[in-house]
Amino acid sequence: MDRRTFLTAGLGLGTLFVAGSVHAAWPKDAFEAQESGALIDMLAGSKPAPSDAITITAPDIAENGAVVPISVSTTLEDVTRISIVVEQNPLSLTSTYDLTPDSVPYVSTRVKMLKTSNVVALVEAGGKSYSGVREVKVTIGGCGG
Amino acid sequence: MAGSMRVRAKEKDGVVTVKALITHPMETGLRKDGDGNVIPAHFIQEVTATVGGEVVFTANWGTGVAKNPYLSFKYKGSKGDLLTLAWTDNQGHSDALEVEVK
Repeated sequence: MDRRTFLTAGLGLGTLFVAGSVHAAWPKDAFEAQESGALIDMLAGSKPAPSDAITITAPDIAENGAVVPISVSTTLEDVTRISIVVEQNPLSLTSTYDLTPDSVPYVSTRVKMLKTSNVVALVEAGGKSYSGVREVKVTIGGCGG
Repeated sequence: MAGSMRVRAKEKDGVVTVKALITHPMETGLRKDGDGNVIPAHFIQEVTATVGGEVVFTANWGTGVAKNPYLSFKYKGSKGDLLTLAWTDNQGHSDALEVEVK
């Protein structure tokens, strides 16, 4: 999957959904991406700018990688999307959240982590991409097998 | 898959905090059973929150979300809102629940 194909697909979808809803379809390609660097490029469209305005709440050490609580919040304005990426997972993208003007930029969930990894929060705000990073150490992996 | 969700929504200072627990296996499709057969992927792909027919929040999930998922988010709303939370998984199952914001 290269970037061009993804962008073309994205444009197609964009045209389809432009009249109806601001929400795109489930981003299949992003969820199937196996390499976190390429994934982040794919989601952000370019290198996201590191931002101090993004807060990731997570344990420093997770005893059980099958259930790791992660919360992301930000003081950035006009947030349209938050994505949570676990760099070392076989499929790095855990989830993306589409926000609306009614949303408060906060989301909390529980993810699986195979091993110790950086957790990256990608935030799209005002048409730009920002990222925050936090390392979570995992003592027992949680992706089964 | 009725009865798969527990949802609470509480308003404070014009902001509604929604907390939800969903019962779901969230199978990755990477695991094998005792006989070495791959367990097929089975996971929730989309969770949508609607108030008065308008979508306020959408979650797109992959296989990296933990089993029996927990989700919390916030939106600008008020007490008495009727909030509907609905999910769909990759095998076409779905469930929805309406709660009143407290």
